[in-house]
Amino acid sequence: MAEEVHAEMVANVWKVVAAQGDTVEDGDVLVILESMKMEIPVVAETAGTVTELRVGEGDVVQEGDVIAVIG
Amino acid sequence: MFESLLVANRGEIARRVIRTARRMGLKAVAVYSEVDASLPHVREADESVLIGPAAPARSYLDMDAVIEAARRTNAEAVHPGYGFLAENAEFARRVIDAGLVWVGPDPEAIARLGDKVNARNLMADAGVPVAAGTREPLHDVDSAVAAVAGIGYPVMVKAAAGGGGIGMSAAYDEGQLRAAFETARTRAERFFGDPSILLERYLPGARHVEVQILGLTDGRVVALGERDCSVQRRHQKVAEETPSPGVEEPLRARLLAAAVRAGEAVGYRNAGTVECLVDPAAQEFVFLEMNTRLQVEHPITELVTGIDLVEQQLLIAAGEPVTFDAAAGVRTRGHALELRVYAEDPRRFLPGPGEITTWEEPAGDGVRVDSGYAAGDTVTPFYDPLLAKLCVWGADREEALARGRTAVGAFRVEGPKHNLPFFAELLDHPDFVSGDYDTGLVSLMRS
Repeated sequence: MAEEVHAEMVANVWKVVAAQGDTVEDGDVLVILESMKMEIPVVAETAGTVTELRVGEGDVVQEGDVIAVIG
Repeated sequence: MFESLLVANRGEIARRVIRTARRMGLKAVAVYSEVDASLPHVREADESVLIGPAAPARSYLDMDAVIEAARRTNAEAVHPGYGFLAENAEFARRVIDAGLVWVGPDPEAIARLGDKVNARNLMADAGVPVAAGTREPLHDVDSAVAAVAGIGYPVMVKAAAGGGGIGMSAAYDEGQLRAAFETARTRAERFFGDPSILLERYLPGARHVEVQILGLTDGRVVALGERDCSVQRRHQKVAEETPSPGVEEPLRARLLAAAVRAGEAVGYRNAGTVECLVDPAAQEFVFLEMNTRLQVEHPITELVTGIDLVEQQLLIAAGEPVTFDAAAGVRTRGHALELRVYAEDPRRFLPGPGEITTWEEPAGDGVRVDSGYAAGDTVTPFYDPLLAKLCVWGADREEALARGRTAVGAFRVEGPKHNLPFFAELLDHPDFVSGDYDTGLVSLMRS
């Protein structure tokens, strides 16, 4: 069952930590967002494989945007 | 006195400085980034200059762009506000070298006090108490582990060049220290361009209390009372009050005297703040750091002293006397409270920028709102989350808190997330109401 990971707020993508095809555990950091001088790690909420990574460093994401898909 | 002033900042502080400048008959010049073009500080200035795109490094932190804006508008002086370039000695130097008046302390004082290790050593030598800590900046984790032997756990791990709580965390053992050191070093490098680390004995249960000082044109340093800044999340202040409910009179006298001594030790001119940690049970304190600029929470000092701190800053920068009788000592009256209305959710305090659809500020006796936004403005993710400072004054603490509750209830903000519900909770929390709280209060409320 594919699991989408969403952005919780408007933010800039500061760092992309995971790569497409990576195997991740529940709680692993996928990307680090930056909003209002705060770094916000976005983590996998399920174990699996990163089948899609839809953001790149420097992108601006809106609240609710899909950041990654874990399959 | 100079006749025009450029404010090298944005939002509420730019607006607040512009207000006093205009009252004093000065031409006020604002700068702004592309995303800030429609904000109130831009509209309220006599002139405004676009200095670059949203990213702070390419606008509000771009020294060339700011100085060029001053040149183009014939501004004679520069006020940096807080944050951005306010504590950047190089910027202060460049402003002065461009033939402009710098509204702040000498670049040398900024440089000497900006390095926290150096500042601690200076203060210790001047007879101001400091917590056990490192006398040299640390660059690798093994020397940090070795240094703890002379300090003792728990320790606070901080960026030597840092501020705003960024990268700061407490460590209770070696494992935590190693992790905290790595985090602090990465963030210090990223945010301050200097990875040096400072270790300091951590005092759980302490209150964060700071003293406002002014170094006058004639060389005297005066203290304008203290502010208690113990209500913090992520080591960043969310609410402040004055006087501090944890400071008794003999300690207050010692704190203020030490702050004056700290200013005198570096020949300090203009507005500055001496931050300390207070052990309320022992009524003892240690020096933490000195902020060489106007502080975010300066309005509460203005509310209890009746002194406009920005006006004093401008007068001192112009080499003129202040508006009050410094020899007579500064008297305070009543109690004041500041609540920092942030664009963040009130439970986890995570940022929530967005477009403001409703913005209704409270008003009434003893209520002052310093805000940076209005309805229709968009709060973007590029800058800090401060929307407004809700300040209240009362004849005593009880009245100030009561006015605070009413004002929080009357403040209507819709669009971005905001922490007004947190303040409603805070003002009814028994520890806050009793005055008996420390820097652990917010964690306690959220545990």
